[in-house]
Amino acid sequence: MNEKKIIELKDIAVSFDGEPVLKNLNLSISDGEFVTLLGPSGCGKTTTLRIIAGFITPDSGDVFFEGKRVNDLPAYKRTVNTIFQRYALFPHLNVYENVAFGMRVQKKSNAEIEETVTKMLELVNLKGFEKRSVSKLSGGQQQRVAIARALANNPRVLLLDEPLAALDLKLRKDMQTELKNIQKSLGISFIYVTHDQEEALSMSDTVVVMDNGVIQQIGSPQDIYNEPENAFVADFIGESNILDGVMLEDYLVEFFGRKFKCLDAGFEPNEPVDVVIRPEDIDIVEPAKGHLTGLVTNVTFKGVHYDTIVDFKGFKWLIQTTDYYPEGSNIGIVLNPEDIHIMKKSAYSGMFGDYSSYSEEFDELGDAVAAAEAEEEAEE
Amino acid sequence: MKSRAAATPFALWMSIFTVVPMAIVVWFAFTDETGAFTMANIAQIWQYAGTYVDSIWMGALATVICLLLAYPVALSISRKSENMQRTMVMIVMLPMWMNFLLRTYAWMTLLENNGLINQFLRWIGVIGEGASLELINTDGAVVLGMVYNFLPFMILPLYSVMAKLDNRVIEAAQDLGSNNWQVFRRVILPLSAPGIVSGVTMVFVPAVSTFVISKLLGGSKNMMIGDVIETMFVGDGCNYNVGAALSLVLMVLMLLCMSLMRNVDNGEDELGGMMT
Repeated sequence: MNEKKIIELKDIAVSFDGEPVLKNLNLSISDGEFVTLLGPSGCGKTTTLRIIAGFITPDSGDVFFEGKRVNDLPAYKRTVNTIFQRYALFPHLNVYENVAFGMRVQKKSNAEIEETVTKMLELVNLKGFEKRSVSKLSGGQQQRVAIARALANNPRVLLLDEPLAALDLKLRKDMQTELKNIQKSLGISFIYVTHDQEEALSMSDTVVVMDNGVIQQIGSPQDIYNEPENAFVADFIGESNILDGVMLEDYLVEFFGRKFKCLDAGFEPNEPVDVVIRPEDIDIVEPAKGHLTGLVTNVTFKGVHYDTIVDFKGFKWLIQTTDYYPEGSNIGIVLNPEDIHIMKKSAYSGMFGDYSSYSEEFDELGDAVAAAEAEEEAEE
Repeated sequence: MKSRAAATPFALWMSIFTVVPMAIVVWFAFTDETGAFTMANIAQIWQYAGTYVDSIWMGALATVICLLLAYPVALSISRKSENMQRTMVMIVMLPMWMNFLLRTYAWMTLLENNGLINQFLRWIGVIGEGASLELINTDGAVVLGMVYNFLPFMILPLYSVMAKLDNRVIEAAQDLGSNNWQVFRRVILPLSAPGIVSGVTMVFVPAVSTFVISKLLGGSKNMMIGDVIETMFVGDGCNYNVGAALSLVLMVLMLLCMSLMRNVDNGEDELGGMMT
């Protein structure tokens, strides 16, 4: 990865039927970078990808490819290739011809095509599948054909539109590693669209968090997780307890009527802020020794840890701990300065980070809705 | 055994409506008036060889014209919004709800020597007063009638295959560098092949065996095989045995034509894949 910008989006705005989908989007992607566009369905991430691919012309703003404006360049002339949601393989062609498609269009010689197809099928572990009909392949195998087909065109940038969404968990994990390895070995840029935050964190060099057609934050996975810019990012990436606080002075914040040292500075004196405390950063101690004391109201075993819901003066926190504290026990917590992250107030303040309504059923219900929405988006 | 029992109604249906009538046709074709076996009917068929060839040629011509007209129409319908698609399919089907004879008679009044077209041409002075273009009673008029009547049968199967064409597959082809022509040749055309096969079947078969269109628009000198078969079953000189033999041979010839076309179609598919 180097600093050379390969794709730049400047002030992009798009609306469908008068509904704004992207508002003033600015984004640049370096050569060889693995960038993930992350956000809930309808946030505009797929639209952004389709603008880069050339399937959507923005209403305003410019798309640059290596410094050249390509707004009006049709998709087939762009040196980017796409791995589509649900693969979009050619049903009338076998595996070999699917992978060879781009080279046939470019009228490459048969020998060259054969060499490349063989190489690509080896890369995605599908050697020996050349003559198979694509409709007879499993989802994972179809996915691999789609990857081979896109890479056979030797793209400068590979666009991936939720490529693993249709695979089961185990296969998805394997493919994540494989995709990351392919990206590293080829050294080309990947622009990866997903709504799965874990996928984004584990694969990317840079994560672009989007909501509502607006980029909320751009940063490395560590930055995004440890230094979220607003309540939306803090909530969307991992679990967060988000509280109202007041920044008394640099490195000193007050919430729940107590003053805490923190590592953040640069706010106005007495500026109201959002305070983020990650559930895994909280240390549980005896009530007498704690900065705050609360009552355990719900415990769920999650394998590695317990999700413990603790009531602090009517505000429920999620604490993830490997120790078991039964429901009804009184506990104290200690917050170290590095456990506390301060964010400026935003439109998202107060919308996230309260676990008062927390329950297993609720969580699953939420996931089902998200899955249904993802389906709908895929249908479009 | 269960599946065999479940298939009984279908087998019964098939035997009553398909196998038995076919057997009767074969029976008539190979017997004389007394019911004795004879090859005489089949042997007579040679005198109609020219009519067979003409019929197949005109049917094929009408089919090709239908295909060329229907393909772009079906493709453009299939790319419209769903509401628009419904409306356009309705418009395509609308003429089919009007009586077939009525539509063919309408063409007669247009094409006649004193028909609307000739009157119009005289009026604008393209042809002299009293003169007329020979439009009716020509092969051209018959082919026109076939194309007009059978066009919806080509559009509908093509459309139904094209409507199922996944837009993402087209986008994938563009993404891999295909311009519009390449998308058409490498993706849309091969994927619409099943529609072409069924459309061609649905037009070619009735076109070859038609007798009304050729009778009304082709006049007495342009007999098609359908007309010959009709004379064998209706009127004074009728002969069921020769008629059955004629039908049997026509059926065999059409089956041959169709299987030939299917082979060409399959071959083209492979060719399309292999061509660089």
